[in-house]
Amino acid sequence: MSETLTLGRLFRLALLSFGALIFLAPYIFMLSTAGKDQSEIFSASLSLIPQHFSYLANFTKAVMRVSVPTLLLNGVIVCGLILVLQVVVAVPCAYAMAKLKFGAARILMAVVMLGLLVPIHATALPLYVAFDRLALLNSYTALVAPFSISVFGIFLFLQFFRAMPDDLIHAARLDGMSEVGIVARVIVPNAWPAVTAFAIFSVVAHWNDLFWPLIVVTNQSYATPPLGLLFFRAAEAGDDYGALMAATLIITLPLVVAFLLAQKRFVEGITMTGLKG
Amino acid sequence: MADVALPASAAETAGRREAQIAWLLASPAILLMLLFIVLPTIAVLVLGFTDFELGYGGFRFVGFENYADLIGDRTFRRSLWNTTVYTTIVTPVSIVLGLGIALLIESEPRGRDFFRTVYFLPVASLLVAMATVWQYLFHPSIGPLNAFLALFGIPGPNWLGASSTVVYGLSIIGIWQSVGFNMVLFLAGLTAIPRELYAAAEVDGAKSAADRFRLVTWPMLGPTTLFVTTISVINSVKVFETVKTLTEGGPNKASEMLLFTIYQEGFVYLRVGYASAMTVVFLAILVVLMILQYRFLDRQVHYT
Amino acid sequence: MNVFSLRDIRKSFAGNTILKGVSLDVEAGEFIALVGPSGCGKSTLLRIVAGLEHPDSGEIRIGDREVSQLRAADRNIAMVFQSYALYPHLTAGQNIAVPLAMRKLTGMQRLPFIGALRPGQRRICADIQRQVAATAVSLKIDHLLDRKPGQMSGGQRQRVALARAMVRNPSVFLMDEPLSNLDANLRVHARGEIVELHRRAGVPTLYVTHDQSEALSMADRVAVMIGGNLLQLAAPQTIYDDPSHVEVARFIGQPRINLLPAIRDAQGMVQFGTLRLTSPAEPGQAANVTLGIRPEFVQLRPESQGMLAARVERLEFLGSEVIVFAKLAAIGETVLAKVTPAEARGLTAGQAIGLQMDPSRMMLFAEDGRRLPSAPVSAAAREAVHG
Repeated sequence: MSETLTLGRLFRLALLSFGALIFLAPYIFMLSTAGKDQSEIFSASLSLIPQHFSYLANFTKAVMRVSVPTLLLNGVIVCGLILVLQVVVAVPCAYAMAKLKFGAARILMAVVMLGLLVPIHATALPLYVAFDRLALLNSYTALVAPFSISVFGIFLFLQFFRAMPDDLIHAARLDGMSEVGIVARVIVPNAWPAVTAFAIFSVVAHWNDLFWPLIVVTNQSYATPPLGLLFFRAAEAGDDYGALMAATLIITLPLVVAFLLAQKRFVEGITMTGLKG
Repeated sequence: MADVALPASAAETAGRREAQIAWLLASPAILLMLLFIVLPTIAVLVLGFTDFELGYGGFRFVGFENYADLIGDRTFRRSLWNTTVYTTIVTPVSIVLGLGIALLIESEPRGRDFFRTVYFLPVASLLVAMATVWQYLFHPSIGPLNAFLALFGIPGPNWLGASSTVVYGLSIIGIWQSVGFNMVLFLAGLTAIPRELYAAAEVDGAKSAADRFRLVTWPMLGPTTLFVTTISVINSVKVFETVKTLTEGGPNKASEMLLFTIYQEGFVYLRVGYASAMTVVFLAILVVLMILQYRFLDRQVHYT
Repeated sequence: MNVFSLRDIRKSFAGNTILKGVSLDVEAGEFIALVGPSGCGKSTLLRIVAGLEHPDSGEIRIGDREVSQLRAADRNIAMVFQSYALYPHLTAGQNIAVPLAMRKLTGMQRLPFIGALRPGQRRICADIQRQVAATAVSLKIDHLLDRKPGQMSGGQRQRVALARAMVRNPSVFLMDEPLSNLDANLRVHARGEIVELHRRAGVPTLYVTHDQSEALSMADRVAVMIGGNLLQLAAPQTIYDDPSHVEVARFIGQPRINLLPAIRDAQGMVQFGTLRLTSPAEPGQAANVTLGIRPEFVQLRPESQGMLAARVERLEFLGSEVIVFAKLAAIGETVLAKVTPAEARGLTAGQAIGLQMDPSRMMLFAEDGRRLPSAPVSAAAREAVHG
């Protein structure tokens, strides 16, 4: 790989840069519009730098009308609970399926494979009816419970555990550990790459999910970030683009910052979960 | 004989103990799978044969009446058609772009991390939020996109507001959002190709980049491409966020998509039985896609 | 006549010098083994010859062509890779056909479906099939042609890789550790086969290996590379008996050669115990030197006999021979002796013994590693010392 700029390389770089500009355009306009006042937005110019910096006004409007801290807190609570439950439930099950012999393993494997096919969209109707009957709508329980089991998590950990040497577990048994001790002190620490990858996948998926929260939550105080933004849009009638962009910016920022800080892990996590799923 | 029997029974006890522990470890997962996956799936299949509506007390079994209604339901047919159009646009374009960008990034040592980050950014962004930004970009009078087109004297359409263009508008957002995901999968596939194969291809006389792509890259990416295709199709069929946020199926049902129609029917009009029948169709589509993938995997891209 | 030569090849990666000016001439039909420890630059040299890497300086000639500016595809070389690098999606037959198809068919003719419609395509394809079949028969893999690499054993894959390299007539054959992925038995068998194939085809071959027994047993000449330098290029027997550098002596030979520190005095005399050598040298200069002797030229004597007093540390029984590890009483260095089991009978660890070394087999190396000429001190002189 020589460092000289050939015509071919120049062309490739130009192509990549042009594409990058298009992909970044929404972010650029979001940043720009969040600082423009109403009249400037409606003058429909392509200029990116606001004539009068209205960032303060727009952000104040956004923060006044959406309870940003509540939304973010709800997002963190829901995603955190989901992730912890998923890992706590899926890891022991995957370990049992990968390393222990028991009669139901094959049937369980079939259920997991079928489960991979069934998204929340397919089970939402009966679950909604059930939560309605139990008067559990508008609660963290309703937001979290259906995702406490992740067949995808089981599948991912299963693949990972199968690749782990049996000798590791035999050695732990010889050292006198119980099976639960083996899971907690040998399997989980060694499964860390898989857990990280799964965590990124899970958090991205549930932070961004609109479908299920939209169904079970009508009360603003339980709204997750996407749902909160939807409420805000409805309230604003979609006209005040300055405030809308400011709100959008605030809501988008946490995950984007997390991504930018740990992008290598993000990409690895998505790749790993993607390729194995 | 007792000498032989004794170790066998010891092994049996050990085996039973191991099975007990396995059950114990797997039981929470089994219970939750039954509760949140198996039972609801069965319930959907059953509900599809009823006229159950939320808010009314009882329901009765109506056989295939719901499915018969679906065939004649113009909204549902429109919804299936729109989803098909959306999928046939978004899937191939996002795969070709994802592969192209991955190849460019792979062959260009400079700025690799930067470009990967930029193209992946939409995957990590809140789609509902970014849809709002797109709505502004697409705005017929104040949107930058049409202002840009106007520079070249092209009158821009009312992207999300006209029934003739709304599916294309949503498709553009869908492509923008999924290219990065496909790209990282292709990048992973590319790094998994042994370097020696390229060396062998060069020694064997593959002079041009196109020759090497045909001899090594494309066949070696086979499993990745198949997987990316399946995932892209499934994700396109599941399009919901942008529809709900931006168009609510409009104008005039021109952007009704499968999941949005199910959502409206089941959770807005509360006709659970009828919506369940739609859900069964949706599930059937997913099953068919998976079967197609496995068939193809066995025949075409399995090398060992 | 040289069919192939390298002149002063230099290469460095990111500030690390991998090749420090390597020159090599290969004659018609010769089999040259390039051997050295891992990281010595031998694989880089091979990849440079193949055109997969480009040297920082130096020239490569194949026949009368200077090829260092040519791409791999234009050099008419064939190569067998360590991992075999077979295309996993193609059958064995298709794999073997690739180098022919790439050269004989145009891009259009190689296109699926459309290709079959191009003029001449059918005739050329039939031609290719004939050559593939002939090569397959000569390597006894004609029954494998429809299988994919995933369905073959390691040995079978190795043969397909050989066939792919042999199917056209290359001007040079390059092999990069082609046997290292085979199990031990198969490896010894495959050595003989490759030598036989080379003898029949007569194409000059450059064979890279880290396994000295492979190099010594297969090659016409062995090139020993260490630390980016080609230290010696000679027949296997010469490399073993008469190494030109201390590193060559150290690398070649199992068990390893004994190397002992000594001093050459101003008169050119080297003394080690009762052992004495003369080495013609610039007079008046004393210098540190290294004495080398192969374990098979060290004999055991009873205690307080022989040239050097030593103590047995341990014994390694290898079946037909025994390696005795003995620590020299005088300087604490461990010396290896290769003896017959009969000679080693009754020896135990800790036992005191004497060692006798054959002075005519002693080698002398300068401090910088160069080999120095040396001769045992004449019988008369020796008697004078003993007397």
